[in-house]
Amino acid sequence: MKKSDTDLECIAKSIRRSVVRMAHASKASHTGSALSIVDLLTVLYFKVLNVQPGNPGYAVRDRFVLSKGHASAALYATLAERGFFEKALLDTYYIDGGVLPGHVDFTAVPGIEVSSGSLGHGLSLGAGMALAMQYDRISSRVFVLMGDGELNEGSVWESLMFIPHKHLLNITIIVDCNNYQGYGPSAEVMNMAPLDGKLESFGWEVVCINGHSFGEIEKALQMKPCAKPRIVLACTVKGKGVSYMEGEFVWHYKSPDDQQLAQALKELE
Amino acid sequence: MRTTFINTLMRLAEEDTRVFLVIADLGFSVVEEFERTFPDRFINTGIAEANAVSIAAGLALSGKLPYVYGIAPFITMRAFEQVRVDCAYMKTNVRLVGVGGGLSYGPAGATHHAVEDIAIMRALPNMTVLAPGDPWEAEHLIAQSKEIQGPVYIRLGKNKEPVVSDTTANCRIGRANIYCDGTDLSILTAGNTFELGTQVVRTLSNGYGIKASLANIHTVKPFDAEYLYHRIKTGRPVVTIEEHNIIGGLGSAAAEVIAESGIRVTFKRFALPDEYSHYVGSQEYIRSRWRLDCASLAEEIASLVQRK
Repeated sequence: MKKSDTDLECIAKSIRRSVVRMAHASKASHTGSALSIVDLLTVLYFKVLNVQPGNPGYAVRDRFVLSKGHASAALYATLAERGFFEKALLDTYYIDGGVLPGHVDFTAVPGIEVSSGSLGHGLSLGAGMALAMQYDRISSRVFVLMGDGELNEGSVWESLMFIPHKHLLNITIIVDCNNYQGYGPSAEVMNMAPLDGKLESFGWEVVCINGHSFGEIEKALQMKPCAKPRIVLACTVKGKGVSYMEGEFVWHYKSPDDQQLAQALKELE
Repeated sequence: MRTTFINTLMRLAEEDTRVFLVIADLGFSVVEEFERTFPDRFINTGIAEANAVSIAAGLALSGKLPYVYGIAPFITMRAFEQVRVDCAYMKTNVRLVGVGGGLSYGPAGATHHAVEDIAIMRALPNMTVLAPGDPWEAEHLIAQSKEIQGPVYIRLGKNKEPVVSDTTANCRIGRANIYCDGTDLSILTAGNTFELGTQVVRTLSNGYGIKASLANIHTVKPFDAEYLYHRIKTGRPVVTIEEHNIIGGLGSAAAEVIAESGIRVTFKRFALPDEYSHYVGSQEYIRSRWRLDCASLAEEIASLVQRK
């Protein structure tokens, strides 16, 4: 699919509009956590992933695993934007009788590879998928998107050991480094620095990018790793795209009121 | 049962290339032949049970049939939330094979005893819970486990258990394995108390003149309620014998059926008390300290039947 940066900008804005509408209507949390990954998802679903919305289960597709399942709104909105299901379903997010739960349920709509919501599962699931692809001699790839706070989970480090040991080059990790987690700034809650050094010592090729630059995202994800499995540390802004949410921790929990929604939609025109 | 497991799995893997074996560094002197024969379907994650269970789920999501083998408490409890979300919630075809059910690893200590595993596995929606009582049941259940949609927990003993089943009978997942009929009371066992149950039946008959029926409930979930209804309708006492905490295992499963049946029947659960073992000694020794030995059980059951 040929998409210019301007096209991607339009798509990302549309996804962000969906996310803030969903947050407003449902009064759900994690608006900031969803907005920080929208540009990553836009590049993945409109430039990188080999997927077919009309045939979501086809065998040689690339797999995308959203391990930070609390950012579900961004994934649902992206899948709808890509044509996996009707956008009208987004109105059923997080409400009585709805279809889309707060944390990702892979039975809810087509196009979701795994259910998530409990942190520290997605990377191992992705590793299992990568092993199966290797066994089946399928050249598809697995992309796993995790939060920076999620890296606190011990199970993540079990798979961070395993993947380089097995030399699984068909799995790529993207870490959404938005610098905040449940109780505050990540550096204060649990300082993981130097993250790049830790990961390099575990046998990973570490690539640091601006997680809102379409060009940098595409370059980091498109190129296949050749010597070591790749982990992309994507520097992002929590609440990206809505001025009053950007970098404001409170939007890990808050949802916009009527006036805030109007302002957000205006900024995202 | 360990040997039966690996031999059966070898056969399944020969017939079906979807079969994988995943271990978290346990299986020394058991799984080597599988590794040699199917090197690209053998995965050792190192001592990392959470990763092992989720990797198996990832394989299952890609159409594979992974068997995760390990010591029962580690694959069920260390990785419990991985089992819950990645196996049960997503209903993936992961098979968890726990060796060392109950007190099988007696002298190793309580970390290695699996006395809560059936209760927690039974509480998971979508999970099938199997507890074969002898190698004959183990072979059939492991072979049939391939066909089940969704996750399966298979609780094995250790090794060298004798075959006590009638090997000319049918062994089917979900159906009680009937050892003998008897008119005075009904005994149900699960897993590694099956052999003990057969000894109790003989002692009751020879020592007390009591004729007991015995069935091994190798499928604890879904529970064979039909068989139990059939037994409670006789009006004779029902007892369960299991090597598991008295809370949540076979006895609880039977109690649920009996309580909702509307039929009054004398019922007693023989199980491990709700405490951890600090005894040092073999499975037989710890069983006897908790009166889960043949003589104690026969004595208590006889007094129950005679009171009736």
